[in-house]
Amino acid sequence: MISNFIILNILRGDIRTKAFLLILLFIAIIVPLLNIYVPAGSFFHLTDYHISLFGKYLTYGLLALSLDLIWGYCGILSLGHGAFFALGGYCIGIHFMREIGPRGVYGDPILPDFMVFLNWSDLPLAWYGFDSFSYTLLMIIIVPGLLAFIFGWFAFKSRVNGVYFSIITQAMTYALMLAFFQNDFGFGGNNGLTDFKDVLGFSLQNHTTKIFLFLLSVLALAIGYLVSNSLVNSHSGVVLKGIRDQEDRLRFLGYRVENYKLCAFVVSAMLAGIAGALYVPQVGIINPGEFAPLKSIEVVVWVALGGRGTLFGAILGGVIVNLAKSYFTVNFPEIWLYFLGGLFVLVTLFLPNGLVGVIKKIFVFIKNKKEKSF
Amino acid sequence: MKFFVRLLIFILILFNASNNVYADNIDEILSALQKSNFSEKEELITKLGNIQTNKSLKVLKSLEKGILYYIKKSKINVFAKKVDKKYELTDITSGKNIGLIKKNKIKRISLNNKLRKYTRTIIAKSSLLSDNKNMRIEAAKTIFESNSIELLPLISQALKNEKNKNVIKELLKTQASLSLLSGDKLLINKSLDYLMKTTDPEIISVVNQFIEKYKTEDSYKEEIIKANNLLNKINSDIKLYKLIENLFFGLSLGSVLFIAAVGLAITFGVMGVINLAHGEMIMIGAYTTYVIQLIFPQLIEYSLFIALPFAFLVTGLIGVVIERLVIRYLYGRPLETLLATFGISLILQQLVRSIFSPINMPVTTPQWMSGMLNIHPALSLAYGRLYIIAFSISIFIALLILLRKSHFGIEIRAVMQNRPMARAMGIKTNWIDSMTFGLGSGIAGIAGVALSQITNVGPNLGQSYIIDCFMVVVFGGVGNIWGTLSGAFLLGVGNKFLEPYSGAVLAKIITLIFLIVFIQKKPKGMFALKGRAAEINQ
Repeated sequence: MISNFIILNILRGDIRTKAFLLILLFIAIIVPLLNIYVPAGSFFHLTDYHISLFGKYLTYGLLALSLDLIWGYCGILSLGHGAFFALGGYCIGIHFMREIGPRGVYGDPILPDFMVFLNWSDLPLAWYGFDSFSYTLLMIIIVPGLLAFIFGWFAFKSRVNGVYFSIITQAMTYALMLAFFQNDFGFGGNNGLTDFKDVLGFSLQNHTTKIFLFLLSVLALAIGYLVSNSLVNSHSGVVLKGIRDQEDRLRFLGYRVENYKLCAFVVSAMLAGIAGALYVPQVGIINPGEFAPLKSIEVVVWVALGGRGTLFGAILGGVIVNLAKSYFTVNFPEIWLYFLGGLFVLVTLFLPNGLVGVIKKIFVFIKNKKEKSF
Repeated sequence: MKFFVRLLIFILILFNASNNVYADNIDEILSALQKSNFSEKEELITKLGNIQTNKSLKVLKSLEKGILYYIKKSKINVFAKKVDKKYELTDITSGKNIGLIKKNKIKRISLNNKLRKYTRTIIAKSSLLSDNKNMRIEAAKTIFESNSIELLPLISQALKNEKNKNVIKELLKTQASLSLLSGDKLLINKSLDYLMKTTDPEIISVVNQFIEKYKTEDSYKEEIIKANNLLNKINSDIKLYKLIENLFFGLSLGSVLFIAAVGLAITFGVMGVINLAHGEMIMIGAYTTYVIQLIFPQLIEYSLFIALPFAFLVTGLIGVVIERLVIRYLYGRPLETLLATFGISLILQQLVRSIFSPINMPVTTPQWMSGMLNIHPALSLAYGRLYIIAFSISIFIALLILLRKSHFGIEIRAVMQNRPMARAMGIKTNWIDSMTFGLGSGIAGIAGVALSQITNVGPNLGQSYIIDCFMVVVFGGVGNIWGTLSGAFLLGVGNKFLEPYSGAVLAKIITLIFLIVFIQKKPKGMFALKGRAAEINQ
């Protein structure tokens, strides 16, 4: 059914969608090829580390996409999207911890190492069921979705708007961060969850597993894109854009604005959760630092740089900023914060439509020139 | 023959005794101490106590501290101080420095625990009549702890001659506590009456001892009831003072929150602008204090007063520059402003890291800020916190006057309530915006000076306060400094009252959740602007 949906979408899709999917397909083919067939030592060779790194960028792209869905198309600025991302990550992390079984340092068949270390005798209630992979997959979507539903239900019903909404989402992720930092909270405290061994019996250190995870990230991004694309191009998508531009008018027209917002918010949180779940196996750790307000705000600048309100732009922004981050934090760690801060200021001042806006302008410019020359 | 034997025995006894117990000047006692056992030492210490000179007191103290030695070979008594691996010696009789010596050449005159306690009492006894009032207080305290009833007459005697209020208080307490166990009904009743008035928590253990001792004796029935009442009163007093202390902590936290947040409240209220760089302004204010202390190291006592105007100017200027360069292009786009100011905050943080260093800077606390105000034995308040409360209230009043009475303030409020109309009336709203932003930032700088006294001054100082600041502003309601004040105090007190039950972190989480829920119910805060002003501000 999903494949039918995808194929239909691709056939029906506009040129931009096709172009984006082609790029993804190209990446999905070329990256593993460069890893497997180009000999190590060659300039074009990609190591396993690079595969995971690119996979990480793609999950960031998906996270940016999810934020763009509500910020770009619905005008809701969430400064707590990192929370949904981290929750998805924690879900898969718990599964991996349970998968370790008796192979931990202390060799306890059920309890993860940190619980043994803290002298706990029983598994916390929240950890039950995560030994099953399908249950975990379900939770990756449900946990962030449910949080978003409850949070959004109350917030949108009482018409918490604009900056106020941004601030309470920030408070939400901050509160979650404080909670997850606590050892008593039962998710590993400061250290988070790490030392994962394998997924479904395949070792996470394995070369093939890494490529598989990478391809999975590509697939998730493609599906996320298609879902978002069909959402924003549907009738509901038009309503969402209407809400972004003139919420009161939509309300006067008889639309239940809060339901539309809630729906978009929940879908977006689920996408963020999926991104987090793909992120964790590729970096090998999840800790409460992911809940830090700074991380969530960073996501906003990815979207702003790439181009708010265009799905492709958000993904582009996510990938580009993180490429820059990897480069700067390794080579010029001092400059990175200047760069990021400057990016925030310059993009908001001079690039209200982001990079995509610039590209569009160039296209229009060329088009106009062509028309003139005729 | 018999006579001779008797004489011989007498001489022997005399000789033997004079060797130890019958010594009566300090030097003799000291040399006797070298070879006596513990029970003999007790007698010798009593004798030392009876001598009542400064020198004997000094010897007793050194004995108690364990720095009284004698040189093995010459049997000279010395004070020894450990320097590196050797011992520096001072001759007791002459007070002259003899020089360094190895440890195996000297031997300590040692005491056991019981003797040490006894020595302390003896010291207290002799210093009870000293000229120094601190020493007298110290002595009274020692006697109180030692609980030695036989010193009761001494205390009464000391009380008769005492004129200093603090010493009298300490002596009365000691007298009362000693009389409790004396068995004399009159004294017991008197002391119970006295203790009822002071309700000092330190007395609890003595009262418990008293109850334990006379529980079974019928003749003391009334006194036991009285003592139990006393215990109840002390406990309820402790509870009351604990409550007051919590309230005080809450108020001081609230003041900190208020000082930190009020600048934000003004900029947010007037311009609808969320300034995420506000925390960094606080940080810069704190660093200004550090720099001032660095430039004027001899003026540490006044550094805070010097730093206040400087911090206001520095951060106010930075605020105006930010407003002119960035924020004025983003009016009407609050979300973008939020992002741009966040970018600025990152840049400022990194700037401070590059100029100073990533580690925390040491900021000295002036003398007058440290210390405690003792209100009751169970309640003492830190001066630092008291000053912070006073400071925040004076800032509040100053701002209130500025906004209510001054021309500038009236213009600010006009712009806040109805921007187009204010412009129509000839108010330069652009200029007001710049100045207001400068004012808000300047106050953040002042907050930084205050915060430099209670928290670590480092590049992350601002970040740790910014979320709290938002919460206060949103909770109190925008554009209303009364709201900010009450919001800050309510949050501060609420937080501190939660802390004993839930722990600091959980208290914070609960506060955050409370706020999230609160905003759902009252999206415009506790004190929302009402009427047309509120509508136009949307």
